[in-house]
Amino acid sequence: NLSRWGIFVAIMIARGKNASDLFPAVVKNVACKNIEVKKLVYVYLVRYAEEQQDLALLSISTFQRGLKDPNQLIRASALRVLSSIRVTIIVPIMMLAIKEAASDMSPYVRKTAAHAIPKLHSLDPEQKDQLIEVIEKLLADKTTLVAGSVVMAFEEVCPDRIDLIHKNYRKLCNLLIDVEEWGQVVIINMLTRYARTQFLNPNINVSITHMCESEPATLAKRKPYVMDPDHRLLLRNTKPLLQSRNAAVVMAVAQLYFHLAPKAEVGIIAKALVRLMRSHSEVQYVVLQNVATMSIKRRGMFEPYLKSFYIRSTDPTQIKVLKLEVLTNLANETNISTILREFQTYIKSMDKDFVAASIQAIGRCATNIGEVRDTCLNGLVQLLSNRDELVVAESVVVIKKLLQMQPEQHSDIIKHMAKLIDNIQVPMARASILWLIGEYCEHVPKIAPDVLRKMAKSFTNEEDIVKLQIINLAAKLYLTNSKQSKLLTQYVLNLAKYDQNYDIRDRARFIRQLIVPTDKSGALSKYAKKLFLALKPAPVLESPFKDRDHFQLGSLSHLLNAKAAGYQELPNWPESAPDPSVRNVEVKDSVCAERTVLTGPEGAGVLLLQTTRGSSNMQDLPKKRPKTLTKKNPLLLYLKNQKSASESESESESSESEEESEEESEEESESDTNVRKKRVRLDWNRIPCIINFDQFDMNKITSVFSQTLAPSGSIKMYELLHRIKGEGLAVEYCFSRQPFSPEPNMVAVQIQFTNNTNSETKNLHIEDPRLQSGMRIREFAEIGLQPSESVTVVMGIDFCDSTQAANFQLCTHTRKFFVSIQPPVGELMTPAFLTENDFKKEQGKLMGMNEILEKLTLGEKCVNEHVIVERVTATANLSRVPCGSDKECRFAGKTVSSGCLVLVTVTTKEGGGAQLTVNCEKMLIGTMLVKDILQALSQ
Amino acid sequence: MIHSLFLINNAGDLFLEKHWKSVISRSVCDYFFEAREKAVEPDNVPPVIRTPHHYLINIYREKIFFVSVIQTEVPPLFVIEFLHRVAETFQDYFGECSESTIKDNVVIVYELLEEMLDNGFPLATESNILKELIRPPTILRSMVNTITGSSNVGETLPTGQLSTIPWRRAGVKYTNNEAYFDVVEEIDAILDKSGTTVFAEIQGVIDACVKLSGMPDLTLSFMNPRLLDDVSFHPCVRYKRWESERVISFVPPDGNFQLMSYHISAQNLVAIPVYVKQNISFFETGSSGRLDITVGPKQTMGKTVEGLVVTVHMPKVVLSANLNATQGTYNYDPVTKILVWDIGKLNPQKLPNLKGSLSLQSGAPKPEENPSLNIDLKIQQLAISGRLGSFISVGCDSLPAGPCDKALLLLTLF
Repeated sequence: NLSRWGIFVAIMIARGKNASDLFPAVVKNVACKNIEVKKLVYVYLVRYAEEQQDLALLSISTFQRGLKDPNQLIRASALRVLSSIRVTIIVPIMMLAIKEAASDMSPYVRKTAAHAIPKLHSLDPEQKDQLIEVIEKLLADKTTLVAGSVVMAFEEVCPDRIDLIHKNYRKLCNLLIDVEEWGQVVIINMLTRYARTQFLNPNINVSITHMCESEPATLAKRKPYVMDPDHRLLLRNTKPLLQSRNAAVVMAVAQLYFHLAPKAEVGIIAKALVRLMRSHSEVQYVVLQNVATMSIKRRGMFEPYLKSFYIRSTDPTQIKVLKLEVLTNLANETNISTILREFQTYIKSMDKDFVAASIQAIGRCATNIGEVRDTCLNGLVQLLSNRDELVVAESVVVIKKLLQMQPEQHSDIIKHMAKLIDNIQVPMARASILWLIGEYCEHVPKIAPDVLRKMAKSFTNEEDIVKLQIINLAAKLYLTNSKQSKLLTQYVLNLAKYDQNYDIRDRARFIRQLIVPTDKSGALSKYAKKLFLALKPAPVLESPFKDRDHFQLGSLSHLLNAKAAGYQELPNWPESAPDPSVRNVEVKDSVCAERTVLTGPEGAGVLLLQTTRGSSNMQDLPKKRPKTLTKKNPLLLYLKNQKSASESESESESSESEEESEEESEEESESDTNVRKKRVRLDWNRIPCIINFDQFDMNKITSVFSQTLAPSGSIKMYELLHRIKGEGLAVEYCFSRQPFSPEPNMVAVQIQFTNNTNSETKNLHIEDPRLQSGMRIREFAEIGLQPSESVTVVMGIDFCDSTQAANFQLCTHTRKFFVSIQPPVGELMTPAFLTENDFKKEQGKLMGMNEILEKLTLGEKCVNEHVIVERVTATANLSRVPCGSDKECRFAGKTVSSGCLVLVTVTTKEGGGAQLTVNCEKMLIGTMLVKDILQALSQ
Repeated sequence: MIHSLFLINNAGDLFLEKHWKSVISRSVCDYFFEAREKAVEPDNVPPVIRTPHHYLINIYREKIFFVSVIQTEVPPLFVIEFLHRVAETFQDYFGECSESTIKDNVVIVYELLEEMLDNGFPLATESNILKELIRPPTILRSMVNTITGSSNVGETLPTGQLSTIPWRRAGVKYTNNEAYFDVVEEIDAILDKSGTTVFAEIQGVIDACVKLSGMPDLTLSFMNPRLLDDVSFHPCVRYKRWESERVISFVPPDGNFQLMSYHISAQNLVAIPVYVKQNISFFETGSSGRLDITVGPKQTMGKTVEGLVVTVHMPKVVLSANLNATQGTYNYDPVTKILVWDIGKLNPQKLPNLKGSLSLQSGAPKPEENPSLNIDLKIQQLAISGRLGSFISVGCDSLPAGPCDKALLLLTLF
């Protein structure tokens, strides 16, 4: 049984057993049909190929065949396994395969090619130059699938070739939000380095003010700092990723902001980082390390979140210690009392390592903040009577450091500590006390010799550091109080002379020469007192995280505080900015725009422009815009724009500055599931009428967008109220096929009233609509009609994507008429703009029950494509989708109310036959549409 | 990037290894064992260990150490996040992530690891894609597989990998279209001895179980989104839409997933639902002590408190506890020094009380610190953040077309 056998081999590998003897038997199954066995054979092959090179070669041809397979997934997996086989002989084959795959049609295969690059590079570094060419090619790829993988390859093969990034910088920034999470991390880290080489330090003014206060002239000479728009683009496009669920992405964005953003903006990352503190303890560990570094440089950023760093009894020790570090860094005059209170609780903890760290933290707070030094010192002295020896020892060490700052006032503390020497056994603490007594022996002249006496007694049993301090103490006493301590000192030095540790023997010899006057004693002994009793500078208690930010935050090297292999230094900001034009991308001018109106993903009426060159269209547009559009209902323009965001933004800004046209355009790149679109919102402000639809000039709008908006030249009018029945009032309506701007999911109905009587008709309005559930109606404002006047108004009806009639009463000041509007199915939709590929993709999703196929014979007049297009668009409000074949016409639309896609395909055949395909999620709409189009085409 | 992965259990047995590049000898784990020994508690093992030639990044989950070997610079969080994703995938596939389930399903585990990383770089980590590639085991299927010799590996090609929305499988069909949303909120609070709140915050997550056909596009809106202080989203959520309109718009993955997590920090909002009166004292002589704990309801808004558990970390000198509980059961573990009192449902009429004596190691000095108490509880049908939850509305931008005419959206809150 092949499959069981495969499982057996897999288990062997997983357990780390050597299964290489089975190699020939396994490899012959490489072409096996069973997929699971096949996969396991691959696993086996990759694992042992290095050891059994000759045999591995037998399998290569299978993969080479796979590389030519029509299925992209098979091509990809063949490349994946082939490139994983670590046999140098096949390097040329791999190289060829990678090159070929890099220009494959399928983005998935190209992604696999990107993955294969580092594999080949590690197998044979000599291929580097060729691989860089492939990387360059793949970097230009426009799909999100490839972006992450190729940047990863770039980082491994040629991280220093920053020039390859220039042309792709803006594209990468724009794609970023849609790249998969892991790719985002790699790209953000790479872009951080890139930005450090290409842009100016945004905080340059701040640092200059600090440094050159004395020379205001230099400051004035400097040009004011203006952020490069590309720099801004990067900051803006990474910001939403702070909300990622992936901690690595959040950290990557945080470090980017820390290293690149102006001081005022760095603050936003604090919240996201604090959020990560609620994640797994390993994540907390890494985040806290980075927060600790950041909190030294930018304390204010984390101050509002002080309490989030409070320690929980359930935290692992390493987390507690890091939190303490952060709390200490955040301490300042205002919050120190709360922090100290918190520290007091920590000292009672059962976790001794943590208590020790807390005591040290108190010490650091005391040195940094002068006001609380005495309070801290008192608190620490109280701890000296603690029962736990570790606590006492740690306190002693910290007190020693604190006392050094102001020893005069604290001789009582020194006395107290001298008493402790009998009980404390921790060597570090003993050494500290001895040093203290020696250093300040003049403050405690009575006790010091006594301590030395005790120590001389126990000298042989002490630890090395204690012994050294005893010698020091003896020497200092000898110099200040030789009468009492001369003999003791001699004794101690004699003991030390025969100590096992050569350090101690050395020290004893050195000190004896220095302090005991003999005939041979050199010039130095004169200065012995100066040497030993010099004023020592107080120690500075520093955070171990100080200056760690020269490593890129979030990196392994930062965490270890040592350069890891393959770490790329974070470059310093350049003095002057390199040429920003290197990032410009040339675009072809020739492609013209195609425009259509559709219902966007949000269900809003939007105008979609697809253009490969955004600038000209965007600037032209405001000039074309109709003057009589409603005010509060901006049309949304979707620009599917392949130009970079920064450019389009700067352009929209420039048009903004021409404020006489007072449109407000704001630009944001929107993450859409299918396509990335730039969205430009144009707000036409100055037009006064809001709901006064009778002034709504349809013809003007239609003329602006006539090529696309109303594809069928004539609009069919329906009768709502006949002249005779309406006693002189005639009402007709038509579906104007305009987006109804107050409510995007309503169908706009244009109603024309004609007053055929001799008297004025007043208060014409709608009353008492009786609608199916879900349907809604937006009435027009009340109007009046002069004799033989004709007025057109627009009302909106949400038909809920059904062809049910909307019934209502039309009231004048004298009469009421019951009328109803029933929409043909084709009017329930609005054109959707799709590319050929999108169309196919969407069609693929709407198969099965959502697809209706119908054969038909074309009518006599349907002789060419043009007529078919005309007929279909007259029947239904759809837009034409570009299509390569002239036998096929494709149309796409969305239902107005719910935005379901409606896809129509008409395939003509020889001899007047044709096939109609309608794909729509709403089967009812599909069926009715088929009927209508059939009728239109077979006439 | 990630070079190799070793799975090590609590006892220090290495039971699975996987290499994505050339093979690294398992002796590299000796450095890990050394650190493990030094750390005493498994929680305290440093996540990043440096060895002469490699770096070991490890996580500890479900009593298993996932130890990965790194050779070059890589963001540590990248690896940690990935390892957690691996553990979550195992949990998703086998119901739990334990040594025995991994050993039982070693082939699937191996296949999963093979698909998740390529040359050390994450390839497919979305559960929807993985399930297309490798089917999760079920009892029925494993029986069929043994008899017929067929496999767990999907016969179909994984088209999900090609899609721009990799988190969703294509061609999903359900007879009943349902979507459930669970809002789970947790209070995280530190109280001092007298019961005053030192620090409190509310964390919430919205877990979703979406079983809708086709490509549904959903929106979720809150009546009061300003309450949400800090949010993080599943990648399917459109960030821009949230930033501009405060509406969560997304094409959901198929099945269970965590849609978002949020944070509410306004301190005055947080009402702690219970109070605890505790008195734990140790006598100077006689090596014994007293313990008296009472739990009562505080602000529960008329809801019952369930699953109440009080955990006390006793000082090391406490040998045993002789207690009497008016409700629930207690258990003192003399090895870990943890006293667990499982109360269950809180009855406001008769407050549960735990009382009795503690015996200490004779001769040992009286412990000076008061032990800290951890209290876990559950309240159904109540959002602590109050105003947020009751106004959640779910909209469906494009209703999926299934065999049934109307898509049914069920909303279970809390």
